Order: sequence, then C-alpha cells, then structure tokens
Amino acid sequence: MDLRGWLDTTVCKASLALIAVAAIAGCNNMGAEKKANGSGAGSATGSAGATVKPETGPIVIGHFASMTGAQATFGISTDRAIRLAVKERNAKGGVKGRQVEVVTIDDAGKQTEAATAVTRLINDSNAVAILGEVASSLSLAGGPIAQKAGVPMVSPSSTNPDVTDVGDYIFRVCFLDDFQGWVVAKFAFDNLKAKKVAILYDQSQAYSSGLADFFEKAFKQMGGTIATRQAYTGGNLEISSQLQQIKNANPDAIFLPGYYSDAGTIIRKAREAGIKAVFLGGDGWDSEELPKIAGDAINGNYFANHYAPEEPRPEVKDFVEKYRKEYSSTADGLAALGYDAALVLFDAMERAPSLKGADLRDALAATKNFTGVTGTFSIDKNRNAQKSAVIVEYKDGKQIMAARIEK
Amino acid sequence: MSDLLQTTINTLAVGGLYALIALGYTLVYGILRFINFAHSDIVAWGGWLALTVASSFGWLVAGAAPVFAMPAVLLITMAICALMGVSIEFLAYRPLRKAPRLNVLITAIGVSLFLQNVGLLDKFFGNRPKGISALLANDVLVTVAGVELRLFDAMTIVLAIVLVVVLERLVYGTKMGRAMRAVSFDERTASLMGINVNVVVSLTFAIGSALAAAGGLLFAFRNDLRQTADASWVLLGLKAFVAAVVGGIGNVRGAAAGALLIAFVEVFVHRYISALFSGTQWVAQLQDVYVFAILILVLMFRPSGLLGKATVEKV
Repeated sequence: MDLRGWLDTTVCKASLALIAVAAIAGCNNMGAEKKANGSGAGSATGSAGATVKPETGPIVIGHFASMTGAQATFGISTDRAIRLAVKERNAKGGVKGRQVEVVTIDDAGKQTEAATAVTRLINDSNAVAILGEVASSLSLAGGPIAQKAGVPMVSPSSTNPDVTDVGDYIFRVCFLDDFQGWVVAKFAFDNLKAKKVAILYDQSQAYSSGLADFFEKAFKQMGGTIATRQAYTGGNLEISSQLQQIKNANPDAIFLPGYYSDAGTIIRKAREAGIKAVFLGGDGWDSEELPKIAGDAINGNYFANHYAPEEPRPEVKDFVEKYRKEYSSTADGLAALGYDAALVLFDAMERAPSLKGADLRDALAATKNFTGVTGTFSIDKNRNAQKSAVIVEYKDGKQIMAARIEK
Repeated sequence: MSDLLQTTINTLAVGGLYALIALGYTLVYGILRFINFAHSDIVAWGGWLALTVASSFGWLVAGAAPVFAMPAVLLITMAICALMGVSIEFLAYRPLRKAPRLNVLITAIGVSLFLQNVGLLDKFFGNRPKGISALLANDVLVTVAGVELRLFDAMTIVLAIVLVVVLERLVYGTKMGRAMRAVSFDERTASLMGINVNVVVSLTFAIGSALAAAGGLLFAFRNDLRQTADASWVLLGLKAFVAAVVGGIGNVRGAAAGALLIAFVEVFVHRYISALFSGTQWVAQLQDVYVFAILILVLMFRPSGLLGKATVEKV
C-alpha cells in the first residue's frame, strides 16, 4: 500500500468528517432539545444531554440476528424494521445530533455464532448498544457478553423470562412467555371454550418448552385439563408417533408453541393424520412462510402475537404503510418489535447524559409509557416491557385479528 | 387394532425413506471402503432440485400439476443428482483414490460443507423453508378398519421396495453388478481382469446419488424442505448411515433391513413406550436416543452388522 496516499486520503476524510459532524451538530442542537422535551419521560436525565461535548462520527448500534438459517425470516424482518427506524431518525437529524449507523452480524440461528457476533459488535464495531435477538436461546447466548462488557442490549422479541435475568444491561420491549402462555390459555378457555388441550412442543428450544410450561400452568388454573403432552426435536419431523397419541387423546385444541419452520409442516401432517382440533401457537408462528408451507391446513388456527397489521391505531397504520413502501411486504410482529426496540433505544440515548454503558442503561430502565407500534408500555424493574397481546387467526391464508387480551 | 395398523404403516414409510438413503452409504462403502459424508447433502439437494424443477414447470400451484408431474420430477431429479454424484467423485474423490482413507474422509466433509453452503445461496435454494406438497395431493387411497392409507406413505413404501429390488437384481444378477462386486472384493485384481474400475466407481456414485434424490423428494413430500445447511439433514443422513451400519455396511439387503429396524425403533417402539410411560415424559423425549442405542447394541453383539459377514483382519 502507498502509505503517503493512504495518509493523505485518511487525513482528508477525517477532516471532512469533522466538518460535517460539526455542521450537523450545530444544526440539530435545537432539534435535539425539542426531542428531549417532547418525549416527556425521564426528564430528570434529559437535561444533562446538552452539556456533553459532541463526539465525532456516527453512533454505532449493533444488531445480531439470524439473517440465514431455519428462522431467517425473523432476522430479516427485524433488521429491515431497525434500518427503517434508523433511516427515519437520521433524516430527522439522528440522535444527539449525530447520525446513527447499524451494523448487522448474522448468527445463522446458532448459539455459538450469536456469542461471537456480540463480541465482534462490541470489540470491532464499537457498538454503544446492541439490538437482538429474536430467538430466546440466542439472546441467552449473546446476553452474557453484552452484560460483561457493560454494553446495554435490547432484545426486540425474545420472550423467555430468563433472557433479562442475565443482568442489569439486558432489556426487552416484548411481553414475556408467562404472559403469552396465559394469553393463549385464556383465549382457549374463554373464547374457544376448550376444556381439554394437547401440547406438542419443541424440546430443543427454550422458547417452546418454556411457553408449553406456562400455558399448562395457566390452563390448569383456569380449570382446563391437559390431554397429553408430546415433544419433538426441531427439524426432525418424523413425528407420526406423537401425532397418533394426540389423535387418540381427542383434545378440543392443540397448543403448538414451536417456530413457524416446523409448525407449518406439523399442522399439515396433523390434518393428514386425521386430527381436526384447532391449533394454537405463540409469536414464533409469525412469518409469511407459515401459510405457504401449511397450505389450506393453516386456516382456522390461532396464535398470540405482539401486534396485528390491520389494528386501527395511528402508530400501526403509519408503520405498516412506511414498511410496505420501503420493502413492498406486510410487516410482521417481529418487524414491529424491531422498530419499537430501535425507537426505545433512540429515546433512551436522547435522554441519557452520555452514551456510556451505565448512563444508557439507566436511561433505558427509566422508559415510561412509551407508545410504539406494538402498544404503550413501560420498562419494569426487571427490565421487561409491560404490555398487552393480540390473538391472530388465519383465514384464507391471511392473518386476521381475533382478539386483544389485556393482563 | 387400527392403532397398531397405523403405526405399522408409519414405520414402513419411514423405513422405506431411510432405506433409500442408506443404500447410497452402503454402496459407496462397499466399493471404495470410505464413508461418503456428502451423501446427506445429495439428499438435501435432491429435495430442493425437485422443488426447483417442479416450480420451473409451474407445477407448485395447487391443482396445476398434471398426473405425470410427480414421476417426471422424480426422474429428472434422479438424473441431475446422479450427474452430481459422478462429478463429485470425479473431481473430489478420484484424485485421492490412492491416498490414505482419512484424506478422502476429510475431503468428503469438505464437499458436504460446500454443498450445504452453496445450496444456501439465494441464487440456488435460499434459506427459507419451503413445501412441495402442492405437486401431488396426499389423497386417501384406501381406508381399512378406520385407518387411512395415504398416497405419500404408499408411494414411499412402494418406491423403496421397487428400488431396493432393482438394485439387488443389478448387483447380483448383471455383468455390471459382478464387476462391482469384483472391485469391492479386490480393486487391483479386478482391474487386472479387465474391469474398468473408474467406470464401476462412477456408476456406483450415479446409482447411490439417484437413490438419494428419490429419498430427498420423498422426504420433501413428508416433511417439507429446510435450507440445505440445516441440522435436520445431518440427522437424517446420520440415521440412514446408522441403518447401513446396523444392517452390515456394504450389504444391500442389510441396508434395507437396518433401515426398517431404525424406523421400527423410532416410530413403533417410541409409540408404545411413550404410551406405556405416559406419566414420565422424559421416556418419550429420548426418541433419537433409542435409534443410536440400537447402533451400540448391534455393534456390541454383531460388530459387522445384522447381515454383514465377519471378516478377519490379516496382519
């Protein structure tokens, strides 16, 4: 490499960047102050932001996601929504007068890769905060690394309770599986009048087995019975033995808290095996691929989700429209949560006195009555979001909102 | 009674699927004495190629597929995979024919990773799960004692039996088969007797890969398709490999018998053992463990497999 040339261009770039940043910072000081006042929440920490000396360059946010792998649509949806949020934010002047940059690292849906991805985001990309993951087992793999490095991590959609127990730097903007299990149980018991339910869960996923436990507990408390409880291992769908036992138990409904990649095939196979009971699922069902795999068998089944695209709230309408314009597809629940996670993070960054880990952590913890696409929520003392859930029904291969269930 | 019948049908269908894949392992091992780790990837590619072929004809829209669609897709896929198998052998394994077995084994793992990750590319099959069931409606053929025999199960069983019988005839009833057995027995002497070893080896890979393609298509009908790098393909390959070893690796009938045994344990035994222990869930959760426990048991008492001949290693 020609060192002199390299030096010249670097110095040139650096000085250009400095000028640009100074200009942006100058332009946006007023905007930033307005934002801080407008957000209202956590105003005690908001005022300190103005005194921090402006740093150079964009603020880097890391995102680790399964962009490939069996649950690829999860990562892709979330990443698209985060990038949409960042694009909008940058158009409005960014955060603290600085532009925001997202670095996404693919973990291919593997736990070891998730840990590596978080390490790389913190050490190589110098991310001030981490967004991710969707799958709880992957958040549990990445979380301890963010916690150890003192970099706040916001999981958009990991619903397993253990995720935020990792430490005080780990947050989430979705509801928890105990709530989700309860929501599905309540819907089954009250709305579907089901008294006897079979459970078929993925024993290789913390998400699935956890949700199965919470559902069972809630459903029994309401007075229902569990007809049979069967397990499968994700990816291995030679489950004729399990389906046969469910058929023999003759349940009113079947709770299938697996991911869409298995759920579609399982529902199709169950219908072919002569099982007619309605299937109930969790937010892991939320993918446009599910009805494609299951075909007609998907219709008439329900799952709990974070939002429904046709819900008549202005935030939802606005988001669905913008997302469609950008990516020409309907935003799923994971996209909505990814978007909300990014907005909550921006809000906390704006309020935090500095972008240091501890300051950002305190600002995130102080999030109160934040209104996003997936509803209005606050972060509680366990760093979880307190919110409501929707039940979505599949009709003619399309998602229809069936009910909203409050705690 | 009807429950027993249903379980038997399920067992036979799963066994047929495993048999088709196990034959590929056993054939290659029989001739070249090495385990082709890329075989399960040929199965995955077989499934995905079938989907690609079917969708390029526009047959994946419900009701659009003509009657001959399924046989056509099957034959085209088998042909493509046979070609793939031959090329892999030619490019990756043939240069190492005289090298130590370990080198070939490592190369096979390399080929496996290559196929997995190429298949993952958007230009090939992508990473999203897809279904192929629109190609053929899984209709009920007959109902006996309340048990429905469906097309996919019947097709898997019939296709497996037909292909195993054809292969058996090929290996034990034709001149080519005799050449294959001769190469398997002693490669150098066989070549001295005027047998073209390269042709025999190429043919072996072609047959094994074509069977893998059939297995891949049947698997796709049963369980839909996950991306080529998914762990489920490895598990499928592993189970078929266990079937080949349990039956006596290098033995055609043994592979079929081993596949049936594995399916029997996975479906039949699991069905009744979990009903028997319905109170204790972990018994049913060990489904995959039982399969590999059979491997250990068989290897302990019959190290050369159920139908394998015991050989004495000359020192």
